[in-house]
Amino acid sequence: MKIINMIVNEKPVEVAIDERESLADTLRDRLYLTSVKKGCEVGECGACTVLIDGEAIDSCIYLAVWAAGKRILTVEGITKPNGELDPIQQAFVDECAVQCGFCTPGLIMTAVEIVGSGRKYTRDEIRRLISGHLCRCTGYQNIINAIERVVEETHKVVSK
Amino acid sequence: MGIGVSMKRVDAYEKVTGRAKYTDDLAPKDALVAVVVRSTIANGLIKSFDMSEAEKVPGVVKIFTCFDVPQIKFPTPGHPWSTDISHQDVSDRMLLNRRVRIYGDDIAAVVAQDRIAADKAARLVKVEYEEYPVYTRMEDSMADGAVLNFEEYKENILKKTCFKNEGASFDDAAKEDGIVVVEGLYDTQTVQHCHIEPPVSFAYMANGKIVVVSSTQIPHIVRRVCGQALGIPWGKVRVIKPYIGGGFGNKQEVLYEPLNAWLTSQLGGRAVKLELTREETFAFTRVRHAMQISLKTAVRKDGQLVARKCTLYSNQGGYASHGHAIVMNATSIQRMLYHDEKAIEQEACTVFTNISTGGAMRGYGIPQGIFALESHMDDVALKIGMDPIEFRKKNHMQNGFKDPGTGIPCHSIGLAECIEKGKKYIKWDEKRKAYANRTGDIRYGVGMAIFCYKSCVAPIALETASCRIVLNQDGSVQVQMGATEIGQGIDTAYTQMAAETLGISADNVYVISTQDTDVTPFDPAAYASRQAYISGTALKQTAEIFVEKVLAFASKMLDKPCDTLLIKNNSIVDKNSGDILLSMENLAMEAFYSLTDSVHITAESTYHSTDNTYSFGACFVEIEIDIPVGKIKVLDIINVHDSGVLINPALAEAQVHGGMSMSLGFGLSEQLLFDGKARPLNNNLLDYKLPTSVDTPELAVDFVETVDPTGPYGNKALGETPALPSAPAIRNALLYATGVAVNSLPMNPQKLVEHFKAAGIICKDGGK
Repeated sequence: MKIINMIVNEKPVEVAIDERESLADTLRDRLYLTSVKKGCEVGECGACTVLIDGEAIDSCIYLAVWAAGKRILTVEGITKPNGELDPIQQAFVDECAVQCGFCTPGLIMTAVEIVGSGRKYTRDEIRRLISGHLCRCTGYQNIINAIERVVEETHKVVSK
Repeated sequence: MGIGVSMKRVDAYEKVTGRAKYTDDLAPKDALVAVVVRSTIANGLIKSFDMSEAEKVPGVVKIFTCFDVPQIKFPTPGHPWSTDISHQDVSDRMLLNRRVRIYGDDIAAVVAQDRIAADKAARLVKVEYEEYPVYTRMEDSMADGAVLNFEEYKENILKKTCFKNEGASFDDAAKEDGIVVVEGLYDTQTVQHCHIEPPVSFAYMANGKIVVVSSTQIPHIVRRVCGQALGIPWGKVRVIKPYIGGGFGNKQEVLYEPLNAWLTSQLGGRAVKLELTREETFAFTRVRHAMQISLKTAVRKDGQLVARKCTLYSNQGGYASHGHAIVMNATSIQRMLYHDEKAIEQEACTVFTNISTGGAMRGYGIPQGIFALESHMDDVALKIGMDPIEFRKKNHMQNGFKDPGTGIPCHSIGLAECIEKGKKYIKWDEKRKAYANRTGDIRYGVGMAIFCYKSCVAPIALETASCRIVLNQDGSVQVQMGATEIGQGIDTAYTQMAAETLGISADNVYVISTQDTDVTPFDPAAYASRQAYISGTALKQTAEIFVEKVLAFASKMLDKPCDTLLIKNNSIVDKNSGDILLSMENLAMEAFYSLTDSVHITAESTYHSTDNTYSFGACFVEIEIDIPVGKIKVLDIINVHDSGVLINPALAEAQVHGGMSMSLGFGLSEQLLFDGKARPLNNNLLDYKLPTSVDTPELAVDFVETVDPTGPYGNKALGETPALPSAPAIRNALLYATGVAVNSLPMNPQKLVEHFKAAGIICKDGGK
């Protein structure tokens, strides 16, 4: 076992890990952040996506030891302390972008990265940016609608 | 918030916050981990195991083999059990199999402290086999002298059935002067469900029972099959179903829960978790059957269908699973959707091979049947020089139809309106004219396809559903359904249905999402697009009983006759004046705590149906085809559905998007491949071409809302229908664009280039 320190959802965390384990396993099994889903464990489906120092990464193919000293953000960390939703989460609700919900947390984290860039993206660019996520329920249509909406709203705020 | 309102999903908050718990999220952290040891041959017999190396791996608790398990054969498909032996599912496997019938068959199980130890030990298990020839193609497994998967199924044929109308034969009908006969052979490929959550369960013992928590569509059926497989009373098994990460039919089968239940029983009731990898999920659960479908049609030059002949062969793979039911569905659709004036002759055959076992997948045989049928209908229309839409309108199902094979009646039909809406959206006439007779490398086409689909399994099989409604002290209610939420949004639909019939607002209706067979009323659950139609009727019926009980109590409290009262906006109101007389909360408090009349108001009922009805729809698509590279680009696509009254239009539209994407993948890119030894070649999400967001076009959806007299709120099937028509619509657009009929799926670039070369529209060396 090895002890690592990370900032997880804005809180410092010290955790003992097996050096062979993925960050996804650490987050799920040791820190109980079960929003981090595992659909393939080889970086193909995107369900385990978290932000590592602001970058959306498949945590299933990212060793926990590499996360030492880094800032990790999961969906649990973007919900406000009083339970209020982040605008991105709210857009996923409003645009019916959620069905079975298994790919949802990972997609929301990629959306956080997209929206956080402050840039305005075209619909095609959004399509490309989320293409590392597989979803079998939605045909991606409403997911793209949700992200496009937040990108536009954010851009309006930024440009004001 | 009742029927027809696009209320937000009741589970959306839980899902966007990551708080929704799926099976693996609930597994005890100290659970042992089971890994299945898989055969490395596809056909043969286990002679012996050598466990000496595997058992040495630190952390291994115990290894069980096919020689250790109860010698009980059990059925796996998620059908309601039949008390009639002749209609029961095929019992063809044990918890672990000695006789191996697919590559990767379940032959042993390692239980260890963690996944790494279990995987390592599983790799070190040595197996001695007696090997038999391997068959991936039906013609080989049916050949003389082929080794049989099961001795009782000669020629490796699970079942062969024929259907024929009374009266004229095809051959007689086709003799008519001037009649045109068109023939076609259509084949579809093996594809997989690709729900993003892999199959997972954990099992433990508590209070003398085996508890199985599983990602399943069908908890009550899992209980039954676990009981059957272990040879124990069914009440000794308790199954709990939390949120599930998609199913699409693959979780309508009981594959690993019985093994997991048995493992815990062998380990003193300690919790054991069994989760499949993505690679295992692809090849060792279930797939959509590959089918070969030949159609022969006799048609008059005015477009009247006179007679048809259909022969369907379905590649079942190693095990019987849902058996012959799926190819039967692909067969019956041929005669349901279109009527022949004189004759219909059909033959359907399910054939064992050694590839991955075919089972239920969204559409249950109809995507294959519709691909063949709707491709063929365009071929026929082309042959007689008729517009494919006019040709279809002349022959498709009409209201009042009753299928002579299954007895399924048509109670409502909006198909013609669906076709009109789609035609208008895609600008059919204008674009057919513009894209006619084009030449060059880049061409364009518009195409379409229609479909029908039944709304439940009656009267072919049992339809039963139960519901319980329980009053809370604040006048709100719990609704317990045996029917399951699997991502489609049924819990939200039930909330709206309950609100509509109870007169209680949606925010005071709590549909319990988790099913627990010890608590939840019985329902076979999520399959056959039946839950809004059948289980929804159980809910409506139970809500009506509940309302009666509430009004009886109110009548006593208010000293007014029952029939002058109703529940509206969470209050008891005077039916005539509309005056609010009593809040539901005050009524509930009195009912719970009255010192003279205390009663917990609840209602429970079962709905049993032998009726059914059809949903309909059409897909219209516009494509661009780059001929030299064989690449189809979908420029525009719309599905127009008649699913009766929509309970929640926004969620209905979302569900259609997903189905369209699934049909696009089926049509253009997806295919699970096997080598000559039936080993899967691309059982992962990188090499299996599941559509990504970049591959998926903008998806347009529209509806025609008929009011079906048999649906609880006028509603009909919607769950599976979106996944039916895109593939043939694209194929027909391609036919229009190029004149090349591609009768095989998927229409990927490799295949299209071969077809274009054969048709002479690109040279053999790739140049023009």
